[in-house]
Amino acid sequence: MTALKRLLPGGNSWLAAYAFLYIGFLYLPVVFLPIFSINTSASPKFPLAGITLQWYRDLPKTPALIDAAWNSLIVGVSAAILATTFGILAARAITRYRFPGRRPIHGLIMAPLVLPEVIVAISMLLVMLQLGLSLSLFTVVLGHVLICIPYSMSVLTSGFEGFDRSLEEASADLGESAFGTFRRVTLPMVAPAIISSLLVAFTISLDDFIIAFFLTGTEATLPIYIWGQLRFAAKLPGVLALGTLLLIGSFLLLSIAEILRRRTARRTQSKGPQHG
Amino acid sequence: MIEIRAVTRSYGAFKALDDCSLAIHEGEFFSLLGPSGCGKTTLLRMIAGFDNPTSGSIAVDGQEMVGVPANRRPTNMVFQSYAIFPHLNVEQNVAYGLKRLQLDPAEEKRRVDEALAMVSLDGLGKRGAHELSGGQRQRVALARALVMRPKVLLLDEPLSALDKKLREQMQVELRRLQQAVGITFILVTHDQYEALAMSDRIAVMFGGRIAQIASPKEIYQRPVNRRVADFLGGMNFVKAEIVEENGSSITVNTLGFGRITTEKPKAFTRNGAGATLGIRPERLRVLWDNATAMHEVSGTVVERHYFGEITHLIVEIPGLEKPLSVTETNDFGADDIPIGAPIRLGYDRDALVAMAE
Repeated sequence: MTALKRLLPGGNSWLAAYAFLYIGFLYLPVVFLPIFSINTSASPKFPLAGITLQWYRDLPKTPALIDAAWNSLIVGVSAAILATTFGILAARAITRYRFPGRRPIHGLIMAPLVLPEVIVAISMLLVMLQLGLSLSLFTVVLGHVLICIPYSMSVLTSGFEGFDRSLEEASADLGESAFGTFRRVTLPMVAPAIISSLLVAFTISLDDFIIAFFLTGTEATLPIYIWGQLRFAAKLPGVLALGTLLLIGSFLLLSIAEILRRRTARRTQSKGPQHG
Repeated sequence: MIEIRAVTRSYGAFKALDDCSLAIHEGEFFSLLGPSGCGKTTLLRMIAGFDNPTSGSIAVDGQEMVGVPANRRPTNMVFQSYAIFPHLNVEQNVAYGLKRLQLDPAEEKRRVDEALAMVSLDGLGKRGAHELSGGQRQRVALARALVMRPKVLLLDEPLSALDKKLREQMQVELRRLQQAVGITFILVTHDQYEALAMSDRIAVMFGGRIAQIASPKEIYQRPVNRRVADFLGGMNFVKAEIVEENGSSITVNTLGFGRITTEKPKAFTRNGAGATLGIRPERLRVLWDNATAMHEVSGTVVERHYFGEITHLIVEIPGLEKPLSVTETNDFGADDIPIGAPIRLGYDRDALVAMAE
């Protein structure tokens, strides 16, 4: 026993070191992005030549970039709304009703999460061409809806799960109509989950490269624009600056989404008294 | 007031309710009592409008309710989970149903305050739903339903989530509240003591059917069959042979208690020559020393269990297949009766009830 106790603190510090290395390995590369984005020199090397925000100031002056940003915004918003709409329907069905094939269906909806994205992209491309659709932002939206639905689903099911059905019954019992019940009880309780799903889906769409690369025509989204710019060494700092902005944006959106998701889960699931 | 006629609810071949009929009077505290799965909650949900009978009719105040959606019925419900809206505070929860009536704000506030006072929650209006204890949630659910001034208040196992002490306190309070507001209450419960303590009348249900509808006293003292007798508490069953049967009385012969003439139960159907006699353990009393009773049996104490204020004795009587259970208060030393001691038990004739198998 005593030997074990003496070992434990040592074990803990090794564990801390391991955890530290692990986090470092995961996030260190990401940290380089903002660091080099404020470097005066165009080549990403230490030590930094000097600190400047020049590259950020140049961003709005690049018309191709503005176009790409608009494209990404259009695709992201459309994909987020569509994926969330389908997600709401599916999540409601899966959390509320018990029907044959419920689990396999849930599994199939979630599957794109683990399928190799390049395979999904190629398959989608084949389907689009077979359908005679010309490649455009519209086809990108379709592809993004497919990869966003699993994320929307997992956010929404966690929000809808444990929604006490008697709350809706209580509302009807107190004289409220079906629509009134939806507006006064259901919506306020699941709204945070829905907003969270929209944010997550938008972020996934905004960051996606492979699907957009295969399914877009001549219009580039932001990740495709960035990929195109990488061929020119001189454009690298601008790309780093843009990448940093995307990184911060994604991080903020996902954080808000997670806070909202937790709030809904807490609301719908805490039925029992908190104290007393 | 409420007329339930021949209500049946089938799920495929399974009948959750099978030809149930009952009438509930205005201002009555009526309980639906039975084990889980007996159909009591299904019946309550049908009165509320959350389920519809496969056949039969439900009328409130002479108006047919089948087909009328829940939001247009003159009933309000206290849910088992209380169903307090978690995104609203106490006041907003209670005012939820009033919002649709578009009352004058002062009038609305007055009614909400009145309802909160009724359930002793005055001053807690601004509390969030998450800051309430179990008992307080239950009171909010009550206030939220009562503020609507329903013709009928439906209560679905409202006390089952509370601990024993609070439950007993709420039983008294609910009964007092019902008498104060004079609204018809229909309570669903599986707790026989709860039903006995609170109700004007009780319907005991088994397997989707109503076994007996009567006052608590009658249900307890004159159960129609073994199942009802058993569900309502301890009962000694004694096999008997029918000697004579006429209009309202029945004469039976038993080995332990001899020949007895007693009131014939209402739903008595004769099944050959056999019948069952029942006597509650507390209706048998220990005869000390030279005490005598009009009717007595004697036997031997085989077991003794101490329960604080009472002692539970198991007494073997010659001629009876099963020993009798006897509960005796401990005032005279029933807790000291030695095992194996001879004992005499006195009883009243009317304590013995004949019932269908």
